[in-house]
Amino acid sequence: MFGLKYLPDVTTLQLDKDKCTGCTVCTIVCPHSVFTIEDKIADIVNRDACMECGACAENCPEEAITVRTGVGCAYGIIMGAIKGTEPTCDCSSSSSSCC
Amino acid sequence: MSRQKQQKNRQEPCCCDSSFIPIEISPSHLNQPAPLAEKLPFAVGTLRAGDRIIPQVSTTLTTTDKLGSWKARWKIGRMNYRIPPGLYAVGNPSSESPVLVSANYKMSFDRLRSELGFLDAWILVLDTKGINVWCAAGKGTFGTDEIVRMIDVSGLKEIVTHRKLILPQLGAPGVSAHDVAKRSGFKVRYGPVRASDIRNFLENGMKATPEMRRVRFGFVDRIVLTPTELIGAFKYALPAAVILFALSGLGPGFYSFNRMMTYGLTSVILLLGSVFSGALLAPAFLPWLPAKSFSGKGALIGAAILLLAGWHYFNTPGDFRNWIDVAAWIGIVPATTSFLAMNFTGSSTYTSLSGVLKEMRIAIPLQIGATGIGLVLWIVARFV
Repeated sequence: MFGLKYLPDVTTLQLDKDKCTGCTVCTIVCPHSVFTIEDKIADIVNRDACMECGACAENCPEEAITVRTGVGCAYGIIMGAIKGTEPTCDCSSSSSSCC
Repeated sequence: MSRQKQQKNRQEPCCCDSSFIPIEISPSHLNQPAPLAEKLPFAVGTLRAGDRIIPQVSTTLTTTDKLGSWKARWKIGRMNYRIPPGLYAVGNPSSESPVLVSANYKMSFDRLRSELGFLDAWILVLDTKGINVWCAAGKGTFGTDEIVRMIDVSGLKEIVTHRKLILPQLGAPGVSAHDVAKRSGFKVRYGPVRASDIRNFLENGMKATPEMRRVRFGFVDRIVLTPTELIGAFKYALPAAVILFALSGLGPGFYSFNRMMTYGLTSVILLLGSVFSGALLAPAFLPWLPAKSFSGKGALIGAAILLLAGWHYFNTPGDFRNWIDVAAWIGIVPATTSFLAMNFTGSSTYTSLSGVLKEMRIAIPLQIGATGIGLVLWIVARFV
């Protein structure tokens, strides 16, 4: 992408190559092409592009991937801090907000 | 539990209700009484599948659909821009037709069906509480549990003979494909990110190119999100501007209408200009602003405004009360634009929680400090 690179060296993404069976699902679900398959095993090739959405970890059948997921949303983090909850986008939800 | 909540909400008066489709959101209701399909404005007919009646939906968007999307972008009725979850049909699907899964945010559903004119298919709409696929996946409402539940509720197993679901790729953060298979017998295939690539995906034997798998955040993608940002920001900025305008008449001696008109106007222009720039220009110029953090990008926009304001002060010093007034805005303007640009992280497609936390730890104290000092100077400037 053009000039759309976020802060380097921040992601909590971890890949345990010993557990990987090379099923390729991480390369399919990642929206930022973070993974590739090298010698039939997943590899992280674009680490700083990770936005911690958690799609890879959620879909890895071997649980070889871990990442702390959450909303990369300043407003959500502020609201979370005020309400004492996890960061949450309140761009939403019938139950909590009405106008 | 969640249904009780919804019903409770329905009884409370709510200004969002105007655009709400007045139908009971209940999957079991959706596929039973025939008249229901007639109440869906986007239905073109009904299909009978076993003992169920499935609404057949149009694949062309009407002016009303487009107007609805436009209104949702401007935060009008956005919280209730939803459709009933359940099974829908496009074209004349058979028991072998593909099943596409979507969210019950109407804009998501509209995007999908408008791309399916070439196809006979089923659409399984999950109850994501009116949230789009990606955000709902992040919350887990577009998730494994809900898919398994909706397969059951919709009677999908009796309607199709195959056991395959096509999910939007951006649903993946909420879904464990292998768990869906284990719990429901349905194998998940992740389709492309964008509905507009579905045709290519299906015609290429359910293969997506790397380009179809990548999220973009181009100029148009960013611009369509800015009305929501602007509305959110101006909700606070307009009252603040009115207060600053009124306070601008303060000064030595009596309250002065002249001062209000001169300095007040300057203050209003600078404040609203900052808000407008932070909420619109920062997203628009995002890739070209030479900073990695959003707060940094916003501060740069603020600096640009300050240069303009400084140039104006140089030419027309009378519009500012004194140099302290100018100094006040050196704090307030970049703090405002920085904060608003930082808020755009939530709308962006590439910021991580860790990254946003990191930039906030630095930016928030600076923004609060600069605004605080700026406001004190602004008040002081009235009286010296």
